[in-house]
Amino acid sequence: MPLNVIVCIKQAPDPEHSYQITIDPRTGFIQRAGIPSITNPMDRHAMEEALRIKEAFGGIVTVLTMGPSQARKSIEEALAMGADRGVILCDPFFAGADTLLTAYVLSKGIRAVGNFDLILCGSETIDGGTRQVPPQLAEFLDIPHVTYTRKIDFIDAKRVIVERTIENGHLKIELKLPALIAVLKSINQYRRPTVMGIMEAARKEIIEFGSSICNPSGIEKEYIGYIGSPTKVIEVFEPLQGRSVEMIGGIPKEAARKLIKRLRELEAL
Amino acid sequence: MDKVAVVAEQREGKLMEVSLELLQKATDLAIILDGTVSAILVGNHCKDLANELIAHGASKVVLVDHPHLELYQSDVYAKVTASILTEISPEIVLIGGTSIGIDLASRVAAKLKTGLTAHCIDLYIEKIDGKEQLIHVVPGWGGRIMVKIICPNHRPQMATIRPGMLEKAKPDPSRIGNIISIHPDMTENDFGARTLEMVKERRDGKLLEDAEIIVAGGFGLYSAGGFGLIEQLAAALDGEVAGTRPACDHGWIPENRMIGQSGKMVRPKLFVSIGASGAVQYTTGFLKSRVIVGIDKNPRSQIFNVADFGIVEDLKKIIPCLIEELKQ
Repeated sequence: MPLNVIVCIKQAPDPEHSYQITIDPRTGFIQRAGIPSITNPMDRHAMEEALRIKEAFGGIVTVLTMGPSQARKSIEEALAMGADRGVILCDPFFAGADTLLTAYVLSKGIRAVGNFDLILCGSETIDGGTRQVPPQLAEFLDIPHVTYTRKIDFIDAKRVIVERTIENGHLKIELKLPALIAVLKSINQYRRPTVMGIMEAARKEIIEFGSSICNPSGIEKEYIGYIGSPTKVIEVFEPLQGRSVEMIGGIPKEAARKLIKRLRELEAL
Repeated sequence: MDKVAVVAEQREGKLMEVSLELLQKATDLAIILDGTVSAILVGNHCKDLANELIAHGASKVVLVDHPHLELYQSDVYAKVTASILTEISPEIVLIGGTSIGIDLASRVAAKLKTGLTAHCIDLYIEKIDGKEQLIHVVPGWGGRIMVKIICPNHRPQMATIRPGMLEKAKPDPSRIGNIISIHPDMTENDFGARTLEMVKERRDGKLLEDAEIIVAGGFGLYSAGGFGLIEQLAAALDGEVAGTRPACDHGWIPENRMIGQSGKMVRPKLFVSIGASGAVQYTTGFLKSRVIVGIDKNPRSQIFNVADFGIVEDLKKIIPCLIEELKQ
């Protein structure tokens, strides 16, 4: 029962460099020039899961992203891991999309790619971290979804049972395919691209789609990207850290005594 | 007028605390908009919970009761919630940012083709171009910056708020509200995703959200021989153990004990951070604690920017001294 799996990935700024972010005092916007990008970590686990499904049942793994042209690097990485083909949705009109418009454009990209049995993605990105795109994408595709998945078991080609974590436990969910599953890191350990994989990736196809997928007649571009997004950023500011620290010195025994005394005085113990 | 709606959440016949926390905020916002608060609750046999929602501020509760809806069902819950919201057409919808609430809110917002913001830390109303807009304050880039977001032209304005961000009000059992019960027709065939069961996993200790004292460790514990020291200190303080993302990735704490933007938001009486460099993704999770203590061997650690008390010391030396001192 070969399965057609599409993995949605995102290239995101490396959180290790978040300290480099500054706010332009003149425009009030974020400056992120020079901050390196990486493939969103949870998305790599989604990619791995797709490869395991292909290894078990056969089929095709397509990796898809929306982003600027440098997002191609994340697609190439996924191809080197073992994806069969890549799709990049790239158009200046996509820029500034909020989660709803991102999900909308991804759904258009998936429709342009064709049929699928399963959409996989990471549950959460390291930058926005809203977790909103996977359920919204499923809604635009009119398919059922499960997020926060740590285990997928196939019953047959049309049904899977998944474990979806919740606070202090999990839900066991039966899902009819086609469906969307957003995974957690704990679902698997992902493979690193091999030299062989990297060489093969160079021969694999990367399809690029622009905003014409959203509207074949090429008009009404105002409905996508930032302009079409229902939510708008009106201000960016640095949070105030409203505390001043009292450093406690001395040899460890003394410092410990002073700290515990201060905490008792404040009735924090 | 139903100006503000709260999508409440129940599990095993109990309301999630965050639903009650939201009702207080919803009430404040509704007063400004000169309207009332409605709550939506989906479940099975939830009538008593509807009364609890009223006591906490809801003027109306739309109750969807069905044996198939006892557990969270992603597609069907979204469908009924969206159709009720279309009916009552509120200006604002608040949903608890639990693992289930975020999932539901996302799909509902997509059904309604409206804006949704995540993990709001503050919400207030401001008039912009003559129109009352909800200002959503959300942390960006792991809390490094704050962002104000509006949803100017789409309604409702939807937001999720993490459990523990807001304080719930005292219930007033004498409050009177209207309960509207809906019993939709459905069969199992209506479910694309069907939750079969909820499985509880063994959890040691209290819920972090309920803890008065929390001791959290970071990767700095690596060179101090792991998490054993943290556990001993937590025991001496009668507190709970938690940690940073690296501590979680290292397997020292389970995911439900991770503090920070992608983990738990806590506000205990005392928060002790040990061996953590104080990345904003982490510190965001406990900034509202009453007293914060930071201990790290690195004097330049960011933790000292958010702490009330700081100690720069070798962890292997200072922690046993603290434990010793607490015993006296």
